Amino acid sequence: MAEMMQFPERLPVGPIRRHGLGTWGVGALIASEAALFTWLFFSYYYTGATAGPGWVLESSPPLQLALPNTIVLVLSSIVAWLGERGILERKHALALFGFAGAFVLGTIFFVVQLFEWRAKPYGPGDSSFASLYFVTTGFHMAHVAVGLLILAALFGWTLLDYFSPRRNLSVSAGVLYWHFVDVIWLFVFATYYVSPHLGFGT
Amino acid sequence: MREADYRAPEIGVDNAAHAARLMQLWKTAPGLKGFLSTVDHKQIGIRYIVTAFAFLTLGGIESLVMRLQLAGPNGTLLTPEQYNDLFSTHGMTMIFLYASPILSGFANYLWPLLLGSRDMAFPRLNALSYWIYLASGIFLYAGFLTGNGPNDGWFNYVPYAERTYNPGLNQDFYALGMVFLGISTTLGAANFIVTALRTRAPGMSLDRVPIMIWGTLTASVANLLVVPAVSLAFFLLWLDRQYGTHFFDAAQGGQPLLWQHLFWIFGHPWVYAIVLPAMGMVSDGLPVFCRRPLVGYAAVAISTVATMVLGFGVWVHHMFAAGLPTVGLSFFSGISIVITVPSAVAVFAWLATIWHGRPVITTAFLFFSSMIMLFVIGGVSGFMTASVPVDWQLTDTYFIVAHLHYVLIGINVFPVIGATYFWFPKMTGKFLDESLGRWNFWTMFIGFNLAFLPMHITGLLGMPRRVYTYSSGMGWDTLNLVTSVGSFVLAIGVLLFVVNVVKSLRSGAVASANPWDASSLEWSVPSPPPPYNFAVIPTVASRHPLWEDRLNESSARSSVAHGMLLDAGKETIGTSALHATPDMILEMPEDTSAPFILAFGTALLFVGLLLRLALLAGLGGAVVGLALLVWLWPREELREREPARG
Repeated sequence: MAEMMQFPERLPVGPIRRHGLGTWGVGALIASEAALFTWLFFSYYYTGATAGPGWVLESSPPLQLALPNTIVLVLSSIVAWLGERGILERKHALALFGFAGAFVLGTIFFVVQLFEWRAKPYGPGDSSFASLYFVTTGFHMAHVAVGLLILAALFGWTLLDYFSPRRNLSVSAGVLYWHFVDVIWLFVFATYYVSPHLGFGT
Repeated sequence: MREADYRAPEIGVDNAAHAARLMQLWKTAPGLKGFLSTVDHKQIGIRYIVTAFAFLTLGGIESLVMRLQLAGPNGTLLTPEQYNDLFSTHGMTMIFLYASPILSGFANYLWPLLLGSRDMAFPRLNALSYWIYLASGIFLYAGFLTGNGPNDGWFNYVPYAERTYNPGLNQDFYALGMVFLGISTTLGAANFIVTALRTRAPGMSLDRVPIMIWGTLTASVANLLVVPAVSLAFFLLWLDRQYGTHFFDAAQGGQPLLWQHLFWIFGHPWVYAIVLPAMGMVSDGLPVFCRRPLVGYAAVAISTVATMVLGFGVWVHHMFAAGLPTVGLSFFSGISIVITVPSAVAVFAWLATIWHGRPVITTAFLFFSSMIMLFVIGGVSGFMTASVPVDWQLTDTYFIVAHLHYVLIGINVFPVIGATYFWFPKMTGKFLDESLGRWNFWTMFIGFNLAFLPMHITGLLGMPRRVYTYSSGMGWDTLNLVTSVGSFVLAIGVLLFVVNVVKSLRSGAVASANPWDASSLEWSVPSPPPPYNFAVIPTVASRHPLWEDRLNESSARSSVAHGMLLDAGKETIGTSALHATPDMILEMPEDTSAPFILAFGTALLFVGLLLRLALLAGLGGAVVGLALLVWLWPREELREREPARG
């Protein structure tokens, strides 16, 4: 051998904090899911842009439920982040509070959204706009449901005292996914609740 | 006793005790249990390859039946409905169930060996991708066999695919089956991306990876982003058909062109996804038989990525005849013309490699080099249709059929067969027979060109695609007969390949570790490789680890005999994305049946959706949920959690 290789002196064994393949895996999952929502929004704007006037069924969609619900979901992201801090700082109670709190806020969002659906004067089969509205929000709801299951699992695993400031990749990955679900909602909200107020499709 | 969270990897050379320890850690259990639970990328890769070839055979038989029908005018072998089912199923099979999975198979088998690793980044996910591919393939074919195959062409335009015009279960099988298959493709793509970026051997910086890695990595990034578009389109179609939504239904404000956009936003990048890895096979295999490195490595790598970047902006050329605004057509026509530039870079790099090399004419060389010619023919006919007026003349004629077969058979099947001749000795320890190989090659090459070269003229003479028959006196009779004869010659060529595989598995000449005297890492391990691939993790100092002494490009030398042993558990090395500096020891998962169970649950879910049996779908969903929970449960041995206390 012409040159001696330099071998590392000290390497982490398995994932330490978010440094591990799992983070990359969740990153890829999020990229793909973000693409899925991108195509949903493309479908909305493309169909809307090529349709005649009056395509959007409510020219000023009511915000009484949707706006507070948006705030609830954003809050849940912050609370989930607190839970992650709890793990990182070895504050067991804070971690439990964070995951339970995010779960409760997420559930509130889910239930309120069901009421929001019922309050709509149209159903999924009434027009292409209505179909897009229910399917896009439905896709998001499905992601909320998955996120809630993840938060519940994180809560259970924290209860079992699985994680430490060093070993917690499941936590950072799960919380990252929850942030993603919340960010997607902001796009849904902007598209279906804000853009008609600005004149798109009306 | 739990080991430390940090440690220095033990350095050394292979010995019998070390190899025995690794064998114990990595080998798959015998019998059915091992078969269902293995996560070994080599076994999964071979399964992918065998399954994809089975689908290639099915799709090939379908095409032969169609060529019998079209051999002469006024054919009566098939009814129009049967013909619709056949050409649609043929397209679905070849494009979705063969062309992409075959490349996943080779990539699965080869990647960790090319990269100097012991498995893919996510071995369990790898097993899941395969099982879902198999299950969705069976699902789609269950439709065909029960008379409910796709019947609207592989790209399935609305409104014909809507329930009003297509009331059977055909489109429901196809729509749900494609969503199902899309899961496999997406998971596989994610796995390839992370594997390429995080599990390369120390020293294998991104500019030292084989071109095949570039090809599959690029294709995987595209798949990760565009497969959701087609899955969404098929899901929306299914909702339109079964739940009365109006996505594509113009009468209710739906937009039929939305289907075409979503389909081709996926479809055109996908075309590159099923050729770029195959082009990578040629870029890596051809130089071995030219006895020199590939000319223009950097140019070929960059043009691979450039092809895909441009490939995101060409989808509308499938829709030139749909009546879109002129400005849009000009833009997409322009990009479709520009995209030939990176393809030409690869072609000239291959030609220069042959020109400057000392070619050794093997069967693999014949397949690889003939691909260059077929690629040029298929590329030029594609370039022609990038021009809007030419496309208006040629679209929906047999010219397009000729073009796409030159692309798909020329740039996918020929490299794949060549790759089999090249890597078969590595996979099995046996050579494929060379003299039978010559017969195999020439029969396929002559048959293919006999079938598809005249088809360009058939198209120029105006014969439309997708017609089940034609009347005589249109000037198409002789050309169609020649095409039919050619297709059977091509089929005989493929049969010779199968014969060669079977014969060589039994009695092929025994191959050494590096029978072709090639330069990349997979040739440094025994043929076939042990379950753990590398007894010590190689350290890489150049693009051609096994040719360094003769190329003598620098004084640095790769090391395959001396390096990290990593035998404290099922371990391999994690390295940084660009420079491949070691940054962690990866704990790899044991064999598990969770992927198989998860795929089974997903299959139940899709059958439940198809038949609208809520109970079955719910049961499938519950199985999926439970399997995921077990799968994701933090494990001490993977260092995902702290050890139990107290």
